[in-house]
Amino acid sequence: MGKIQSMEMVDITKTFPGVIANKDVNLKVESGEVLALLGENGAGKTTLMNILYGLYKPNGGKVLINGKEVNIDSPQKALELGIGMVHQHFMLVPSLTVTENVALGIKFKSKFSMNLDRVAEKIKKLSELHNMNINPNLLISDLSVGERQKVEIIKALYHEANLLVLDEPTAALTPQETDQLIKWLRSVIGEGMGVIFISHKLNEVMEVSDRVEVLRNGENVYSTKTSETNIDELARNMAGRDVKLPTAERKSKYGEDIVNLKDVWAKNERGIDALRGINLNIRKGEILGIAGVSGNGQKELAEAIAGLQKIYKGEIRFKGENIANKSVQQIIDKGMGFVPEDRLHMGTIPGFKVKENMILKDYLRDPFSKIFLLDRTYINDYCKSTVDEYDVRCPNINTPTHALSGGNIQKVILSRELKRNPDALIASYPIRGVDIASVQYIHEKLLEARDNDMAILLITEELDELINLSDRIAVIYEGQILDIIDAKEADKSRLGLLMAGVKEGVS
Amino acid sequence: MAVSAYLQLAIRILTVAVAVSAPYIFAAIGEMFSQKSGVLNLGVEGIMMLGAFVAFYFAWAHENILLGIILAIFVGGLMGLLMAFVSVTLKAKQGISGIGLFMFGWGVAGTLFRLFVGGVQSISGLQDLNVSGLTDLPYIGRILFSHNILVYLAFLLVPVSWYVLYKTPWGLKVRAVGSTPRAADTMGINVTKIRYQCVILGSMLAGLAGAYLSVAQANMFASDLVAGRGFIAIALVYFGRWKPFGILKGAMLFSVANGFQRWFQISGIAFPYEVTVVFPYVLIIVVLALSHKKFAEPTALTVPYDREFKG
Repeated sequence: MGKIQSMEMVDITKTFPGVIANKDVNLKVESGEVLALLGENGAGKTTLMNILYGLYKPNGGKVLINGKEVNIDSPQKALELGIGMVHQHFMLVPSLTVTENVALGIKFKSKFSMNLDRVAEKIKKLSELHNMNINPNLLISDLSVGERQKVEIIKALYHEANLLVLDEPTAALTPQETDQLIKWLRSVIGEGMGVIFISHKLNEVMEVSDRVEVLRNGENVYSTKTSETNIDELARNMAGRDVKLPTAERKSKYGEDIVNLKDVWAKNERGIDALRGINLNIRKGEILGIAGVSGNGQKELAEAIAGLQKIYKGEIRFKGENIANKSVQQIIDKGMGFVPEDRLHMGTIPGFKVKENMILKDYLRDPFSKIFLLDRTYINDYCKSTVDEYDVRCPNINTPTHALSGGNIQKVILSRELKRNPDALIASYPIRGVDIASVQYIHEKLLEARDNDMAILLITEELDELINLSDRIAVIYEGQILDIIDAKEADKSRLGLLMAGVKEGVS
Repeated sequence: MAVSAYLQLAIRILTVAVAVSAPYIFAAIGEMFSQKSGVLNLGVEGIMMLGAFVAFYFAWAHENILLGIILAIFVGGLMGLLMAFVSVTLKAKQGISGIGLFMFGWGVAGTLFRLFVGGVQSISGLQDLNVSGLTDLPYIGRILFSHNILVYLAFLLVPVSWYVLYKTPWGLKVRAVGSTPRAADTMGINVTKIRYQCVILGSMLAGLAGAYLSVAQANMFASDLVAGRGFIAIALVYFGRWKPFGILKGAMLFSVANGFQRWFQISGIAFPYEVTVVFPYVLIIVVLALSHKKFAEPTALTVPYDREFKG
């Protein structure tokens, strides 16, 4: 089969036990265009793409390529047809090299040997052609997130994909990497590639796409040219209602310092200094935003305050007491809340029920347990009302947590942390990969907590989020706080420069 | 003792160690394939029991050692099929299903033995095969080239399995499936098929290892013939960090230590033999404990693959 000129999905229906994930969904993309596929978490985008890629078998509907019906019953078939997919969670084997990962999809002529040198050679050529600078001999585990994505793209290019599906490609990228990716996308659609672009970031969608298709509850609800719509319109169609992201009301007075870091030094897992003399204070009733390209010490900073990361110099005062290197339990007991970066594995125990994760920090305490026994009735009532209050979309409170979408898992974590009413909260990337309606909810909750005098440390890569929510923004670069600016005076270009390590008047 | 006596002793210990290491190599290389694909097969010991009995029975009743060995491999394959069905298709907990397989093989072999053989019977067993030219080499000839054909096969298996694992498309698939099955799946690799192949292959080798014990080493069958060697083989996989040459090293180290402790027992040195018997096992545990950080365990080991599970 030749190049894909057009790909059409017609009346696709897919049901899982008890759930209709896609209902008569239609989608069309042509070569040389970017179709943005939008929808909230659980709207059916990923299911639809998994059908296109041969991972799921639809219950009804058909896929047409260049007008002819095709039966895509395996990823192998999709690859052969020229469909490439960059999954949200990369599909790479960390213990293999770049070359070996690419070779996995190749049908070698001989069963007894494979010419990996030739594969590596071709990867090198592709990498040069597309300006990606990937060394084919490196192990995937030694690559950064951005580089891994490039490997995914090279994998698709190697198999001569000319319809590329990108599932939330920018969720874990730095702003610079995102710009690069968008630039690259422009160049390949110029050469006739067709692209399906899934993202929650509506400004990116406006920037990169030609057309938009919005799904809600597994059905098509809105289809338009990008030039004929705007962000508010898209958000409204995704959520089924008006979405207005809240912004912090400026305050004139803040309370005393709740958290105070003085000259904090810490080493990361590899033994390299990740925090190099951090000085910070978070005041009562304030959201302090941390801006920075990920990997500049944010993780260590959050975990040092939460007690998960040892520091070897300096002090961390929490309500006046030095909590540096105290146990996590002691710090929790003192009134610290923590929304970790890896929400599924650090924020919850994936195999536990929703209700179990909701009480994970308090199950030993009255009223959740009496003497030594869990009070089931109380726990069930508490969790049911919390699920309603925080709008957690789950079949019931006994559902295993891993079955929930990212936004809903985040709400479970947020409910657990906020309902304990801590004096301080560390929120790491609270909206990463979360749909717009959940973003609105999470932001409202954070602001509500701030207005109730909580001290909040907000770590994120989203500049809009920082500017909307923060009272002050500290920029972290290579383990140091480069500058702290009032959010009123913050603008994106200045933050962008600081994040790149450029301090005005210095360089 | 004179210097030459020490040399003779060393040659004797090494020669025995080479022969004794063969079943460990078969079983551990087999288990390595199984684990590399993500399936922990704890049933090795049971498969070896059954393999040992089947090979012994045909060597004893029909005087056909070759047929016995082939059938032992076949029965091992059937046990592997059962293990794969339970742990890959039915996604049962592998620790438990492996122990079940162990008990099954152990029980069936013992029962069949009592039913069809009854008491201790010895057989003539596999003959040593001298390799022309090589056997006469000084020292090395005796140590390496004075064994039965299965020993040569075991040592040949090491480079062959290395080549298969690292140089063939199938080996690449095995490594991917045991580490990140979801990624393998999206590249069009049939995870279930690869895991079945690896578990069955591993179990066939375990069957062969059992056959070796009865028809090439002990030349008899008894219900305690395998004596934990299947479990040692599993430990050797960890010891060898899932690499064929690492496993060879472990099997040799263990066998030499074993040969040494046996010599120590009969040497007349006053020392409680109970302590010397545990020496090889303690050695393995110590080395395992000291080297744990450099492990390259297949990350999906013991985790059944489910396309729709996100955690």
